[in-house]
Amino acid sequence: MISRREFLQASVAASALYGASGVGNWSRLAAQQALTQDQLLQFDAFGNVTLIHITDIHAQLKPIWFREPEINIGVGEVKGVPPHITGMDFIKQFNLQPGSPEAYALTYEDFVALGKTYGKMGGMDRVATVVKSIRAERPEAILLDGGDTWHGSMTSLLTKGQDVVNVMNKLGVEAMTSHWEWTLGTERVKEIVEGLPFPFLGQNIFDAEWDEPAFDPYTWFERGGAKIAVIGQAFPYMPIANPGWMFPEYSFGIRDERMQEMVDEVRAEGADLVVVLSHNGFDVDRKMASRVSGIDVILTGHTHDAIPEPVLVGETILIASGSHGKYVSRVDLDVRDGKMMGFRHKLIPIFADVITPDAEMAALIDAERAPFKEQLEEVVGKTESLLYRRGNFNGTWDDLICDAMLSERDAEIVMSPGVRWGASVMPGENITREDIYNATSMTYPNCYRTEMTGEFLNVILEDVADNLFNPDPYYQQGGDMVRVGGMGFAIDVGQPMGKRISEMTLLKTGEAIDPARNYVVAGWASVNEGTEGPPIWDVVESHIRKIGTIKLDPNTSVKVTGA
Amino acid sequence: MILSRREALVLALGSVAAAAIPLPALASVEEAVAAFTGGAAVTDGAGVTLTAPEIAENGNTVPVSVDAPGASAIMVLAAGNPTPAVATFTFGELAGAHMASTRIRLSKTQDVIAIAKLADGSFVRTSSEVKVTIGGCGG
Repeated sequence: MISRREFLQASVAASALYGASGVGNWSRLAAQQALTQDQLLQFDAFGNVTLIHITDIHAQLKPIWFREPEINIGVGEVKGVPPHITGMDFIKQFNLQPGSPEAYALTYEDFVALGKTYGKMGGMDRVATVVKSIRAERPEAILLDGGDTWHGSMTSLLTKGQDVVNVMNKLGVEAMTSHWEWTLGTERVKEIVEGLPFPFLGQNIFDAEWDEPAFDPYTWFERGGAKIAVIGQAFPYMPIANPGWMFPEYSFGIRDERMQEMVDEVRAEGADLVVVLSHNGFDVDRKMASRVSGIDVILTGHTHDAIPEPVLVGETILIASGSHGKYVSRVDLDVRDGKMMGFRHKLIPIFADVITPDAEMAALIDAERAPFKEQLEEVVGKTESLLYRRGNFNGTWDDLICDAMLSERDAEIVMSPGVRWGASVMPGENITREDIYNATSMTYPNCYRTEMTGEFLNVILEDVADNLFNPDPYYQQGGDMVRVGGMGFAIDVGQPMGKRISEMTLLKTGEAIDPARNYVVAGWASVNEGTEGPPIWDVVESHIRKIGTIKLDPNTSVKVTGA
Repeated sequence: MILSRREALVLALGSVAAAAIPLPALASVEEAVAAFTGGAAVTDGAGVTLTAPEIAENGNTVPVSVDAPGASAIMVLAAGNPTPAVATFTFGELAGAHMASTRIRLSKTQDVIAIAKLADGSFVRTSSEVKVTIGGCGG
């Protein structure tokens, strides 16, 4: 007799071999110039329960370009394992064909050239088509949103998230959790949540004063004859990574002891299947899965990883569904006798030119955008270089933002936050105001100008580096390294905190940074209340207008070792 | 008499569970431990649970709680603070639960240590690293 553990492992092996999981066999079809919507959606239904997962769309309602990272280093136990593999290593690990649609979707290799062939990705009208198609086959499928939904575009900023809320309600989301949602402030979050037709979950959101649970920890579904508990896990480091003064009433944290209590509670109440809808980040979820027993599925989010196969930790499967609407995950499960007996999974890539937009959703999105159409579409300049952000160290979008701050704010050194959201702009394209907001939109955008000592700059770099490269995932906040302009540095990611950063150099003069000297520093996205300065999008727009056509030189100011 | 919730909690803590006695200022962790144990051996692990955040949301007020079933006393230390001693909670024989929670100030990233004196007179120790970070770069 096959044990449950063996069954799960066998099922993963089989799915890797026969294409029941992951990206399936559409690469060959694409090579034959025959990629179709039916093939992207092809799925042999399995078991009795279907989960549909989308996460980290960052308010991107329209198709976008999004270049996946070239550098995504894992430290400690997760060195060199998914999601910490990129480019050709990724292609080899998952048996993809270089130049195929899935290699284009999942890696940075040949991004510009392949983009011309395969086009933009995402768009919530395409996502709606996919969701409707799955529901047509499996009417009881559960649609779950992992958060980072109401933030990330010009329209979401101007409508305080309302445009995305309307779209997600129409899509038929059935539960969500949260992160950047909170940067709209407590009052606005509460206002939206009161009107949501589904629960806003977070077992780890507590009242800060009384240390009591503040939101529903879980919700129930009876589907396919099974009793399913979905437990929410909000982003744990909310008041640390984002401005706590915007939501001072709440405390977050990983709280994995309480997660265990919640799992035990729903099991005791008869849950046949326990799903965690998480915004922990992949490595934090991987560790949590090893410490909390009884979770069948973790739908991961936050770190924007797209992994074509589930990752197994004990008897828990982890699903990583990417970001910006590029993918939707479908997970079919065989749930019997209070147990998950097997699964079948597909990371469905949303090729915008292949999947037909859902007409109703397309109309709604256009209606939401209509009041802002002129502002959104105004051309600010043009770029000859690919503008992208994602990667552990400087991307070209942040190089441009740093150049803008150096010039517009007359600073010696500038810093741009290592966030993982932001769509790309292809070489030869116009840069519209919407493009700038896609890389900068937030509720604390003020571009400060201040003085900092060389020593303090070192403290900042060490601090952020430890948030990214601490070998214990529970100490990682899940962003990328702070982007720096005007100053170069070396980083040895294998060292402990305080010893990673060296060779800090003022690029203008080539001189070593003096710990005792004050430098004029500009930056944006400060978590401190009362930060003054113009919003970063105005700084960037002004700079681009002066330059006209952007052409960026390769950035060699960060030397990385120890990976 | 109408008690506010905060007052009720303070009363409840005082009457049922524990009394927090400020320790005399001791210069080092070693001295504080020696004063608590009287030099007896301290083993790591089972018997005492310390709950603290991995990363402090606010270093000025970090919630920590300790739990040691059957313990007569639990000492809490912040190893990296100028004055490591935080509090010692003592439990009488009628105490219903041998746990306590408080909020402490941490000057920097450091280990928070809890040492419990168990019912059999032995001492057990656990610790947890709490990071105090300037933060600000969430994905």
